[in-house]
Amino acid sequence: MGMRAAGRTGARAKSARGVDVPRILTYAILAAGAFVMLFPLYWMVATSLKLLPETRQFPPVWFPLPPRWGNYAEALRFQPFGRYFLNSFLIAAPVVIGDAIVSSFVAYGFARLRFPGRDAIFMVLVSTMMVPFIVRLVPLFLIFQRLGWINSYWPLIVPSLFGTPFHIFLLRQFYRALPGDLAEAARLDGLNEFGIWWRIYVPLSKPAIATVAIFAFQQSWNDFLAPLIFLNDNKKYTVALGLANMLSQSGASTQYWNLLMASAAMAVVPMILLFVIFQRYFVRGIALSGVKG
Amino acid sequence: MRQSTALDNVRPTPRARHLSVGQREALWGYAFVLPWVIGFLAFSAIPIAASIYFGFTDYSVLTSPKWVGLQNYVKIFTDDKLFPTSLGNTLYYVALAVPGQLLIAFGAALLLNQKVRWLTFWRSAFYLPVVVPYIVSSVLFLWILEPQVGVLKYALGKVGIASPQWFQSEVWAKPAIVLLSLWYMGSYMLVFLAGLQGIPDHLYEAASLDGAGRLRQLRSITIPMLTPTILFNLVIGIINSFQVFTFAFVMTKGGPLNSTLFYVYYIYRRAFENFETGYASALSTILFIVVLLVTLAVFSWSRRWVYYESGGDAEGGR
Repeated sequence: MGMRAAGRTGARAKSARGVDVPRILTYAILAAGAFVMLFPLYWMVATSLKLLPETRQFPPVWFPLPPRWGNYAEALRFQPFGRYFLNSFLIAAPVVIGDAIVSSFVAYGFARLRFPGRDAIFMVLVSTMMVPFIVRLVPLFLIFQRLGWINSYWPLIVPSLFGTPFHIFLLRQFYRALPGDLAEAARLDGLNEFGIWWRIYVPLSKPAIATVAIFAFQQSWNDFLAPLIFLNDNKKYTVALGLANMLSQSGASTQYWNLLMASAAMAVVPMILLFVIFQRYFVRGIALSGVKG
Repeated sequence: MRQSTALDNVRPTPRARHLSVGQREALWGYAFVLPWVIGFLAFSAIPIAASIYFGFTDYSVLTSPKWVGLQNYVKIFTDDKLFPTSLGNTLYYVALAVPGQLLIAFGAALLLNQKVRWLTFWRSAFYLPVVVPYIVSSVLFLWILEPQVGVLKYALGKVGIASPQWFQSEVWAKPAIVLLSLWYMGSYMLVFLAGLQGIPDHLYEAASLDGAGRLRQLRSITIPMLTPTILFNLVIGIINSFQVFTFAFVMTKGGPLNSTLFYVYYIYRRAFENFETGYASALSTILFIVVLLVTLAVFSWSRRWVYYESGGDAEGGR
């Protein structure tokens, strides 16, 4: 029954606790909630398969028949979306790999090694998560401008190659929960700390590193403000920028809502696929973040 | 050997052999955290310091910064109508979106913490919107809330409510954006769910032996035990919500009549549309201070209501 599913989070499905809403009511609320959460996505797909006049019908057309799959091809012609996809992946790939590896490396230092100032440095790391991005953005723009990096992908890639605070925090939590005598045994075998990290802790933390990699991808793929500031050549746009551009180009009154929805659906497909395939990593990562540290 | 210790501190060399185990571990420790420290200096510390400094200068992209003392701040507080407007808009958003998200997330987590069938499905359904890029949800909600043929207008009409003009209305544009923010409550829900599952069963068993009813258990066990999680979600929610930008930038361009000109959007305009780097930096510094103060206030307020188990589950390490 529900047990198998609940077992995945690592917690047993426990008997009703705290509240005991009658079963029927529970399922009714859950169903209504799920409908509200999922309907917008359904509506996006449904609209993307309509003829333009169908989008203007009121009451709305609930099931576009026959579905106009050609809208997707047309949306791809409307703007070079294929190019934008490639661009977004070109940015995300090094971000994901670099962020995951470096964050794991740094996290090992915070979690498993003792050195003066460690806890103070870690406090600084946690505090930086509280600084609004815009505060850093203006000076960053000036720095990258001086480096000649504006309108290149470097400003979107390089900062994450030094590890990102949230991901370091997550992996540190994970490493602290692992038994410490693993490292002791390896030390006696003559491995140095780098070897212990790379040969023992990295393999052990593959699921946690996967979680961080997924979060890094999500952040990079969904990012809007940074690409908006750092990219200005249309050909270099990411998917997010391309979609915003399409919205502003097609004008407020005469929207091609079907094509817009087709583009929006394509922009979200990689994320939804990732979620469906790696669902448990998302759940675990978020759960880990809530553990007090 | 004495003289060479300074050198040894730089990096582990063959001489590290002569260091004590503790010193060697410390050197490795610094080596491991070094990448982040470099990144922190380059992309956080120096930019933040620069931002504070630029706030005291007259600086546009074309000129070099000229020290003007408090001039920007005087102008912001006395002669800038959009400063109170945009700060007010953001506070309005934070005040509605954060409690709204947390309440819905808490309710959903409570429901899912019961023995329910298809748990994975419900949890996924509630979480799924979180992976949707803001730009996509912005375009999508623009369409759903479309005032002539939008599907929400139809649904509201069915129950006899005249749909507001949403993004064309000075009054309804902000609530519409808050509504969209509620769609993103899924990650708070997962954190609550993890917190709920961490509450030991024996507390509930003891309570029901004492004859405490379900509501009583919610009030006396679930909520007190969950207060650290509530605090965590509250702080994260506040920090995220103060940065609201994309929704307004895409859906309303800050309008109508600046009713959705959020604070970050206002900084964006000053910095990247008017190129008033100095002025924008002063605005940024104010945001930095406001977020800091609000966060500190929440932390100090939380001492009155967060329940920490004494001793107990201290983690490994130190």
